[in-house]
Amino acid sequence: MLPFPGKDDDMHKEYLMGNAAIAKGALAAGLNVITGYPGTPSTEVLETAAKAVPDIYVEWSVNEKAALEVAAGASYCGARSMVTMKQVGLNVASDPLMSLAYVGVEGGMIIMVADDPGPISSQTEQDTRTFAAYSKLPCFDPSSVEEAFAMVADAFELSEKYHTPVIFRPTTRICHGYASIDVPDKDEWYVNKPKGFERDTSRWVIFPGLSYRAHMAIEERNRALSADSYKGNLIIEGSRKGIASHGISAAYVREITDGMEDAPTLFKVATPFPFPEDRAVEFLSSVDEVMCIEELDPVIERELTYLCGKHHLPTVIRGRLTGDVHTAGENTPTYVKDVIYRYLGIACPEEDVPTDAPKLPVRPPVLCAGCPHRASFYAVKVAMRGKKTVFCGDIGCYTLGNAQPLDMVDTCLCMGAGVNIAQGIGRIEPDRYCFAFVGDSTFFASAVTGAMNAVYDQADMTLVVLDNSTTAMTGHQPHPGTGRTMMGEVVEKIDIEAVLHGAGVETVVTVDPFDLEKAVNTVRCIADLEGVKAIIFKSPCAVITKPDKPYVIDKDKCVECRACIRRIGCPAIVISDGKTVIEPSICVGCGLCGQTCHLKAIVPSEQ
Amino acid sequence: MRGDILTNILLCGVGGQGIVLTSKLIAAAAMEKGSPVRSAETIGMAQKGGSVTSFLRIGECHAPMFGEGEADIMIAFEPAEAVRELRYLKKGGTAIVDTHPVMPVTAALTGGGYDPSVMMEHLDKSGVKVIALDAQALAAEIGSPRTMNMIMLAAAVRSGVLPFDIDHVAEVMKKTVQPQFVDINMKALYSVTV
Repeated sequence: MLPFPGKDDDMHKEYLMGNAAIAKGALAAGLNVITGYPGTPSTEVLETAAKAVPDIYVEWSVNEKAALEVAAGASYCGARSMVTMKQVGLNVASDPLMSLAYVGVEGGMIIMVADDPGPISSQTEQDTRTFAAYSKLPCFDPSSVEEAFAMVADAFELSEKYHTPVIFRPTTRICHGYASIDVPDKDEWYVNKPKGFERDTSRWVIFPGLSYRAHMAIEERNRALSADSYKGNLIIEGSRKGIASHGISAAYVREITDGMEDAPTLFKVATPFPFPEDRAVEFLSSVDEVMCIEELDPVIERELTYLCGKHHLPTVIRGRLTGDVHTAGENTPTYVKDVIYRYLGIACPEEDVPTDAPKLPVRPPVLCAGCPHRASFYAVKVAMRGKKTVFCGDIGCYTLGNAQPLDMVDTCLCMGAGVNIAQGIGRIEPDRYCFAFVGDSTFFASAVTGAMNAVYDQADMTLVVLDNSTTAMTGHQPHPGTGRTMMGEVVEKIDIEAVLHGAGVETVVTVDPFDLEKAVNTVRCIADLEGVKAIIFKSPCAVITKPDKPYVIDKDKCVECRACIRRIGCPAIVISDGKTVIEPSICVGCGLCGQTCHLKAIVPSEQ
Repeated sequence: MRGDILTNILLCGVGGQGIVLTSKLIAAAAMEKGSPVRSAETIGMAQKGGSVTSFLRIGECHAPMFGEGEADIMIAFEPAEAVRELRYLKKGGTAIVDTHPVMPVTAALTGGGYDPSVMMEHLDKSGVKVIALDAQALAAEIGSPRTMNMIMLAAAVRSGVLPFDIDHVAEVMKKTVQPQFVDINMKALYSVTV
């Protein structure tokens, strides 16, 4: 059953971001349920699909584990489901994922995991292709926006055929690349009607016996998939020199070698796991040497090296493991060209790059003007000045609290880690004031359990929740503290203070960080209490709040001490013609600077 | 104007200048002509004030990004960003540059300001065709600072490197922007005559 007949008059052109193409591909293939947790570069898949509400169910879940479980439950009922996350989110979802691989699904289920070579906006450079092999799940790896669109339907079909969840793994350049592609008209979309849950304890209840039998079946299935190559695994015939690649790198390779005299033979791997063995052997037999160009792990390189041994092939395999390709970071078009030219012995044209390039301004990311996190960090900084402290940070906009002049992030590991890192530090250094800063979305995602751990195991620390009532970093998605869902419902908010009380934190104080004096005094009082105590700094994200009147500097009072700049580092305070001024187009009137000026020289403007 | 060959365009500047929007308008204009389009944006963690680039390709190709030395035209909304991304422009390529500098938001703290004339001098001697204009000032003259991106686009179209003319862009703009902004954008598009 093909969802698209593919006739031209049933298609139209759309200029789509890769993530939007993945969402539309899923909708066109009968998507019923999509869940996820926001994370760059994966976020826009769910946001695009959400436009199909109420025809489908959409949920920004509390974290990736919950998201995967909701999607799995829907799939048990025969729904076509998709769960979206970034690569580090898969770590959170790995517990249900590993078991689900054994139990399997009924309706097609795609685990959409976006990888981030570079990394451009992530903690790690992990490769989900490797995770696919570890979890033994089939993996699709698109190399263009249009391939991503079409591949989603194939992934659903494979998932249903083998009753297994499948992994769909684009990288940033696919997710955030755009292309004008052919999309089937809406009346051509496949509609999937879930048949409902059918009780079968031998199927849905995981027990050692089931796992043993499932393990054997999985290995057998993967052997079959390895022999039956997916149509996206392409060989483009050329010389006795080969290049094996995948994803966006395959697009770069194709473009660089297109029209070359004596062009190399290309092998594009669209299903890295199970590895397309027969197709790979066909490729290996046609070349003497192969350069593997991959992001990020040497997945293809290892497989080809293994296959050469297994099939007694003399083909030389090169890539990351042989030092021919860098071991970390993104493959840019320029870098891929460099690797290919070196490999093929093509002289790179000498670039007479001017060496006298002027020094360029650095534009580092900073907390926005009016960001409540700036006020919160500053309050804690002032309150704890001169004391032995550690400030454990977390994942979100507030990681930027590490920048000068705030300099308020001593550690940052992964979502929700700060609270228990602080607990651990406190165990070794009881005389240190241990603080953990966590945003509201991250709090719900994974700091709640950490807080319970700290309370029950008698930690001595201060938990600071930076509650800006949104998931700001990824574009303001709802979470349980926001009072709205992706289905458009207005619902009861889950109160962070009540959650903390419930978790056994006795002292929880909510304070507006822009009331600086009160905020500082609160921190001073709370920090000296024993046990786990919490401060909730509550103030909405400046980006989604209507700006107030901008502040101005009273020239008669200002002595150009520039303490405001050195203390809070707000991007709205600039130096113009040697004078400190507030840029009215940037200032949102939060008033923090006015509270830090001991001469009271910063005041609200009259306008 | 050029025919059915690949045109590589690099737009650059800082967050908040309307670069992504301009890129989308060029893409829409090309698609209207029936040309395939690919593009990719590189936007850092900063919401505003960070360096932003948009790679845009009109014509048959495989990837949304191109390598260094491959852009036919660079549309730089800021002089220091023009220098930063100059490596992508091919020898003899066209650089449309807004001469109005945008200082980094951290300049007050770090003293990291710069002299835009140094950037323009560097561009002038780097073997590319530089078309410099103060789009910010022109936009202010028209009466809306937000039309700065239309002025930059108009200058790019007038250079003849893009595969369509200004009337075509105007038609597509009318279909894509909100009705109340059509007139001011028309004024901006036709204000550039060089």
